[in-house]
Amino acid sequence: MKIKILRFDENKQPQQKEFEYEVSTFRLLDALNEIKTKQDNSLTFRQGCGSGVCGSCAVVVNGVEKLACKTHIQENDIVTPLKYSKVIRDLVVDLNHQEQFLKEAKAYLNTFEEKEITKKDEKSIELQSSCILCQSCFSSCPVYEVNPKFLGPYVLTRVLRYVNDKKESNTLEKLEAIQEDGIWDCTLCGNCTAVCPQFIDPKTDILNLRTKSYQNGYTDPNLSVNTGFDAGFGFNPNGF
Amino acid sequence: MTDILIIGSGGAGLSAALRAKELGASVLVVSKTYPTHSQTSQAQGGINAVMHENDGIENHVNDTLKSSHGLGDVNAIQTMCENAKENIEWLNILGVPFSRDDTSHIAQRKLGGASFARACYSSDYTGLKILHTLYDSCIKESINFLHEHMLLNFIVENSTVVGITAIDLQTMEVKELLAKSVIVATGGYIALYNGFNTNSNSTTGDGIAAALRAGAKLSNMEMIQFHPTAIKGCNVLMSESARGEGGYLVDEQDNRFIDELKPRDEVARAIYEKIQEKHEVFLDVRHLGLEKIKEAIPQERRLAYDFTNVKLEEEKISINPAAHYCMGGILVNKEAKTTLKNLYACGECAQTNIHGANRLGGNSLLEIITFGKIAASSAYKALKKDTKKQITSPTKQFLNDTAFIKAVYDFPNKINFYEKKEFMGKIFFKNVGLFRNDLNMKAVLSQLRQWQKEFSFMGIGDKSRICNKNLVEFIEFGNMLELSETVVISAISRCESRGAHFRSDHPFEVKDFAKNSVAYKVDGILAVDFEELNHEN
Repeated sequence: MKIKILRFDENKQPQQKEFEYEVSTFRLLDALNEIKTKQDNSLTFRQGCGSGVCGSCAVVVNGVEKLACKTHIQENDIVTPLKYSKVIRDLVVDLNHQEQFLKEAKAYLNTFEEKEITKKDEKSIELQSSCILCQSCFSSCPVYEVNPKFLGPYVLTRVLRYVNDKKESNTLEKLEAIQEDGIWDCTLCGNCTAVCPQFIDPKTDILNLRTKSYQNGYTDPNLSVNTGFDAGFGFNPNGF
Repeated sequence: MTDILIIGSGGAGLSAALRAKELGASVLVVSKTYPTHSQTSQAQGGINAVMHENDGIENHVNDTLKSSHGLGDVNAIQTMCENAKENIEWLNILGVPFSRDDTSHIAQRKLGGASFARACYSSDYTGLKILHTLYDSCIKESINFLHEHMLLNFIVENSTVVGITAIDLQTMEVKELLAKSVIVATGGYIALYNGFNTNSNSTTGDGIAAALRAGAKLSNMEMIQFHPTAIKGCNVLMSESARGEGGYLVDEQDNRFIDELKPRDEVARAIYEKIQEKHEVFLDVRHLGLEKIKEAIPQERRLAYDFTNVKLEEEKISINPAAHYCMGGILVNKEAKTTLKNLYACGECAQTNIHGANRLGGNSLLEIITFGKIAASSAYKALKKDTKKQITSPTKQFLNDTAFIKAVYDFPNKINFYEKKEFMGKIFFKNVGLFRNDLNMKAVLSQLRQWQKEFSFMGIGDKSRICNKNLVEFIEFGNMLELSETVVISAISRCESRGAHFRSDHPFEVKDFAKNSVAYKVDGILAVDFEELNHEN
């Protein structure tokens, strides 16, 4: 079977180039390892647990984000690195933005409060807390085309996980932290939900955060200065 | 200079970091992977603690001691079990979303070898959720990280560890990181069983190998736990929680052949023998029903479907045992001190005499949290006593390692080390696996020594100075060659069967071997002795 890989090397010209390989294995991660160990030692990618929980092997296959360890390949599949992150080499991208975003959004339990946690309470954050930080949703999100500062799907899902955690007593500061470059910037396209290997639904999580924000007196900044043609669209077709 | 340098960012390293920061020390966490990529993410079943009045700490101690087959240190185990409830509470306060029972208490399930339902859990994502919550807490506390920096060696001056050399995996530059104390939390060495284990390929024991080179003692390296239930073909783990919830082990005719909740070593050997007799062995949870399966073991249901297209509620799944956990590691006392001054070890890379010859399910997560925090406390205590040291930088170690990395680029690469690595996995699983004997292990040893001689004829095909994973894997293979020798020699030296270490040629436990095997290097030569367990420290 043939697969194609878009490889990147900053010291080569052109820096990015598609290579074709013949492989005998069906799982993408096995195929990448087959190429690396038997054909070309220089193929570079991240890998870890091989069972879909460490989140290190996410790549883009035919335009869709996938975990290499859980993906079966087909003839002529094209493998490319995750989008919107600087490519370091081949399929390895820079992940430094992750910690910065999580910190900015205050995606952690800040002020613990002793409360009764029922089965139902725990279930309400079960899905959101099973995120593996694989960056698939980040790579699928079109908002990054225009706003690299956007906090993005996994960060906002993580914020909701702590906002809905009954143990957190200071949820307001989290809502405050996600107003700018946060929930209102999302286009609700649903790409993130479609690509999540853990079946998390960041789009719905973002809608939930919007509702909670409304309830706490925040408003959608795109709608707040609604005074005619230039309302939130950033341009004025009539020139006044 | 950093007060406490922590190497490794799994559950043990992050617990140590949070504790050290809380005590007021400056902390730097250096790690080969990102924190959430680490092995802790794969722990599924649970974390043991006596939470219920009908259970008792002495029961937890006794279960752990019994499973250790005479190699458990009652004091260290007592410390861990006594503090378990407090540590669960600590995790709860940090935000770990533990599953709850109908009375809103933290839910607990019974795992193999336990006399009580004692494992607290978050469905079957316990390790993942603990790890991610610890990471979130580290972000909150502004812990400093150096991600994707791989440990090369400890810097030892006047018999004291004063820092490490590490290679930046993006620029391939060797760096010298000095610190007042160093905590190593780099995980186990299960990757020796390449292709026959349930773990991440990154578990190559780098910290343990570096400790051995630096002169530290390693212990019980032959004690390898084989998990009974990995999916046949891909060795993806089916957690013990499946059996904890009532799952069966059956053959082709649906006959059960072993009590599924016996300790892992016994269950794994029973399965292996069945397979050797040309039977196929399955994990069967169909009788639990869809609702229960979805609620209690959702991850396993998904893994089974993703990797083999099996719906657990409709079909039984074919399994085999696979290497899973290293009980051995860097010898430490119950304060997490290694035999080298200023070096502490915790987590799977440490041999704390908790698990002895066989680990109980639910005790590994407990160990990493407990001893991660203890290592930080011990390292912090030592900071106060420490007098100021002058270290001349660059150190000799830094210069040596810089020269070594430079030289690797010129190694001839006449032999493909990946082939040897694959072969190592095969001969290890077959001959240093669930059933061992002297003759076969000696054959493995001579093969290892051959590869050690050939090491400088191996090398890398990728000569890039950017993000060179080929170089990383080559260094890892060097560490694997070093550690595999200690595993085999320790296993050959232990002429008895005890827990996970089963010798076909010495099938019984021998009283005189109720001791730690201890491996260390003298002038570059590996020695293995047996030492009495030190119950006093």
